[in-house]
Amino acid sequence: MTPTPEQDFDALVESDQRVEPRDWMPEGYRKTLVRQIAQHAHSEIIGMQPEGNWIGRAPSLRRKAILLAKVQDEAGHGLYLYSAAETLGVDRSELLDLLHAGKQRYSSIFNYPTLTWADMGAIGWLVDGAAIVNQVPICRCSYGPYARAMVRICKEESFHQRQGFEILHTLSHGTPAQHEMAQDAVNRWWWPSLMMFGPPDDQSPNSAQSMAWRIKRFSNDELRQKFVDMTVPQSQVLGLTPPDPDLHLDEETGHWRFGEIDWSEFFAVLKGDGPCNQDRIEHRRRAHDEGAWVRDAASAYAEKHRARSEGVA
Amino acid sequence: MSDTLLAPDVATYALRLGDDALVLAQRLGEWVANAPQLEEDVALANIALDLLGQARSLLTYAGASEGQGRTEDDLAFLRDERAFVNVTMVEIANGDFGVTMARQLCFSTYQLGLYDVLRASSDETLAGVAGKAVKEVAYHRDHATQWVLRLGDGTDESHNRMQAGLERVWPHVDELFEADDLERRLSATGVGVDTSTLRAPWDAYVDGVLARAGLTRPDASWLAAGGRRGLHTEAFGHLLAEMQHLHRSHPGASW
Amino acid sequence: MSEPRSTQEWPLWEVFVRARRGLSHQHVGSLHAPDATMALRNARDIYTRRSEGVSLWVVPAAAIVASSPDEKDEFFDPAGDKAYRHPTFYDIPDEVQHL
Repeated sequence: MTPTPEQDFDALVESDQRVEPRDWMPEGYRKTLVRQIAQHAHSEIIGMQPEGNWIGRAPSLRRKAILLAKVQDEAGHGLYLYSAAETLGVDRSELLDLLHAGKQRYSSIFNYPTLTWADMGAIGWLVDGAAIVNQVPICRCSYGPYARAMVRICKEESFHQRQGFEILHTLSHGTPAQHEMAQDAVNRWWWPSLMMFGPPDDQSPNSAQSMAWRIKRFSNDELRQKFVDMTVPQSQVLGLTPPDPDLHLDEETGHWRFGEIDWSEFFAVLKGDGPCNQDRIEHRRRAHDEGAWVRDAASAYAEKHRARSEGVA
Repeated sequence: MSDTLLAPDVATYALRLGDDALVLAQRLGEWVANAPQLEEDVALANIALDLLGQARSLLTYAGASEGQGRTEDDLAFLRDERAFVNVTMVEIANGDFGVTMARQLCFSTYQLGLYDVLRASSDETLAGVAGKAVKEVAYHRDHATQWVLRLGDGTDESHNRMQAGLERVWPHVDELFEADDLERRLSATGVGVDTSTLRAPWDAYVDGVLARAGLTRPDASWLAAGGRRGLHTEAFGHLLAEMQHLHRSHPGASW
Repeated sequence: MSEPRSTQEWPLWEVFVRARRGLSHQHVGSLHAPDATMALRNARDIYTRRSEGVSLWVVPAAAIVASSPDEKDEFFDPAGDKAYRHPTFYDIPDEVQHL
């Protein structure tokens, strides 16, 4: 007896093969992917704003070039991800409309403001560091186009975290004012970075299904622990202290144990009550609306020239 | 360097070209996260990065030729308005995408002509910078050309906005070709370019694009002048204030 | 929900990059562009900014004709039992060289 499409799909996922765009897939799988890839893409393009905020003020030309290249990468990564989402039968413009209408989310981390230059360091080191821990397993996600986009993104992002570390290292070992600026940035970005892995496992309702579909490979808490274990020793090299009095090495397991995360803050920011939620969306909508005449012009031009070339053919 | 007697002239010359590139890169950087489409964010950032790279080479060389130990960052962050010697075209505010594309078309056409001649400079460093930059700027000009064609011959609105963009930029065109004694000296010795010779090919190219786009060549009654002598627009001080404030707030710090 | 803000979306193009001479073009992703000229330029900016390529193709996504996964058995299984198309199918005495 020939297997049903559903059995085919389950067998593919079970044997760790990739699902490709034209394969049959359960509607829930498709919806979960669209939501997750879109959220990921939105995060990349909203994430351009807090860093774009400092391109004009970067304190050296070298730093200006690096930051510009980094923010540009984020636009590129948003693009790769929207492309992956489009293989699931949605248009980028629909997804952007949902973002602009507040119906799809982006990572809450970008609802915090970038107040000093050291924030460029903290974002690179902590925020990109956390993103990489989250993203590396997605390179093996069951959905082919998403996995391939992630491979490309992870490859390109390896410089993002390093440049952030370098910024903080320079500041931390610079003048007293620079050191203070670096410590202040770590104080502000540390906890939000830990929140980037999402709510604790016992409060993460969709995780089990995503794991079964092999969209997700590790639980939120596992990834968070991995990040802390990687990051704390780096903070010692930086000469900067994470703002957590309970942080200590558990000699038995070799894990760094951290204090209680303030989940009420996480859910408040997620709900839209963060310092920059409104600004970020307004900024996006304005850029999009102000660009409408340009996009329309290019479409009109293409249409005219197609008509003209067909006219003479 | 070919001649130490020329060094102060070469320093000023490199500073002029470097300031042009730096200030335009600063302006284009403002587009990032504000472009009409994601693909265009990437394109404008590429152009800004090219220009920033040119600026860094040129300012570094200006500092070396000057011989007072000033680095690219000293020159970028620690000079006041009157010491900047870029043309005023690069400093005017971005405006809408039409203004920015008008400025890109006008400036990159000029810069391409300039670098194309400068490739053969008797000064090896300048020739080297120009040789690399000429490929970058050819792409910038093409990018601007494609957009001016599309906006000029797109919708009624885009046509009007593109025409308005040209009107905004046009008063700054003549200044690009204003040769002075320093430029003539350097051109006579084969180091620099006499920009007045670039005008005719510039006109031919830009007029060709405008004609294909159905746009009218503006007729500016007021003409900007003096950027090379440190006379800038009011907007320029604000650009520098933003660019320099952090660096200046921490004298002597490394970044 | 507010009014849909996007006007007509630019068409989707698939992008293929030749990484270096001697290799074939490989699919790397897609992008939106109003026409072929702009699609090529966008592809250059987005997919080759780290010197990933020496040549680019862009193809309107709508122009690609793909085999259907529903027909994958008829399309691809019949090739599976024709091992004689592969050189390892043949037994050759060990002492024979250059074959």
